[in-house]
Amino acid sequence: MKYVLMFVETEQFAADLATLDEPERERAYARVQQWFADNHERITHHAYLLPPDSATTVRLDRGEPMVTDGPYVEGKEIISGYVEVEVADLDEALRLAKSWPACPVVEIRPIAA
Amino acid sequence: MTPPTHAELARVVRDHAGQLAASLVHLVGDFGAAEDLVQDAVEAALRHWPVEGIPARPDGWLYTVARRRGLDVLRREDRYREKLALVPWPAPPRPDDRLRLVFTCCHPALPRAAQVALTLRVVCGLTTGQIAKAFLVPESTVAQRITRAKRKIGEAGIPYRIPAADDLAGRLAEVLAVIYLLFNEGYLSSGGEQVRSRDLADDAEFLAALLHQLMPAEAEVAGLLALIRLHRAREAARFGPDGGIVTLAEQDRSRWDHDAIAAAGRLIARAAALRRPGPYQLQAAIVACHAEAPRWAETDWTQIVVLYDMLLHLAPSPVAHLHRAIALRYVAGPAAALSEVDGLGAALDGYHLFHATRAELLRELGRADQARTADERALTLTANPAEQTILRQRLNWA
Repeated sequence: MKYVLMFVETEQFAADLATLDEPERERAYARVQQWFADNHERITHHAYLLPPDSATTVRLDRGEPMVTDGPYVEGKEIISGYVEVEVADLDEALRLAKSWPACPVVEIRPIAA
Repeated sequence: MTPPTHAELARVVRDHAGQLAASLVHLVGDFGAAEDLVQDAVEAALRHWPVEGIPARPDGWLYTVARRRGLDVLRREDRYREKLALVPWPAPPRPDDRLRLVFTCCHPALPRAAQVALTLRVVCGLTTGQIAKAFLVPESTVAQRITRAKRKIGEAGIPYRIPAADDLAGRLAEVLAVIYLLFNEGYLSSGGEQVRSRDLADDAEFLAALLHQLMPAEAEVAGLLALIRLHRAREAARFGPDGGIVTLAEQDRSRWDHDAIAAAGRLIARAAALRRPGPYQLQAAIVACHAEAPRWAETDWTQIVVLYDMLLHLAPSPVAHLHRAIALRYVAGPAAALSEVDGLGAALDGYHLFHATRAELLRELGRADQARTADERALTLTANPAEQTILRQRLNWA
């Protein structure tokens, strides 16, 4: 089955990341690189998103399309990236998510067949 | 023919429904479709058996109905139909299948209420109506939970298998939590007076026993089974003739099932020999201390306090802390116990037993006015009629 793992950053995570010194930050990135390397056979696509202050939202349910600056919900938890994986079942997707070494929340959604 | 009692019907359905579900999931290869067939067969059994009597081979009866219904319902689904038509009967027993069933029903990606409802329906053969009655919720609510859970199992790809070794501990804890919740719902919150068509405590004991039979090396499974059996061994003495709760100190211990208590004690010892202690084993050991005491005055409180210390170490919780304080009263006196209890106020202010325990300790220390205030607070916090009666009596007489 195909799933998307959505990586969710929290304010706390962003703040913690900002306090890391250069070697610590490099080690954190290396752990993420390692995760991608370990799971490359299952990962079919992935992307890292720029921060939400770069987002633009378009609303189509209010007559004329309405364009606003910022993400569609103002929240403390924001999606910062995603991977698409091809695995046997939810347990395998869960195992991938549980081993994710970076941001503290991962949402798993199956892709419609 | 004497019509079968509710308990007999429940027992026969419970013994066979899960087995049937396991066989059908295996055969049909689709959890949701198999589950529907079992439910139909169980509902047919509950219509026919009270009138016609329980057949000599209930498993064969259920299977025949499910198969006939399956061929009918799955007419357009060729792949299921062919599989079902080819099935040999009797289906060979596959012990692992019922275990898969349990782990799928209790998958952590499902909400707890859905885990409970699915387990009862699929593994124990309860109907949606019976589940609704047992939990005092509308039948449509239970039906929605089941439908949604089955859809999620299919869409999200929740697998039908026993978890891998590195996942097993966490997944088993989830299953045990579901069984323990069922037990509490059926046993600890029952009023003692009403006869229900299903006794959830029976279902909980059945599930724990099934799991223990299938996973004999899991110490916590044995611990939970012992815990359930120890509570139930004292069932006959829990309520007075008027339906009121009889406290442990005042129960007629000759009415306890001492053979069952001894057997549960042996089960705890065997579990302990596996050297993997856990919260259920410790709770069972605590209940065993009470159950094995010939008289209230001979209760081994020192041992109970030690067991609570171990429990708090493994699974810290304010409620366990409160129970430790209650035991401490008999080891170190009411003043020591009260100071422990008072430290839990922030966590347990909304819990009636916190205030009821404080009331008892305050009364023992001669602080009657404060005791009344605490009892009054406890009374506002419980909806259980039997507990309300005890608190009212205390307020009237003490």
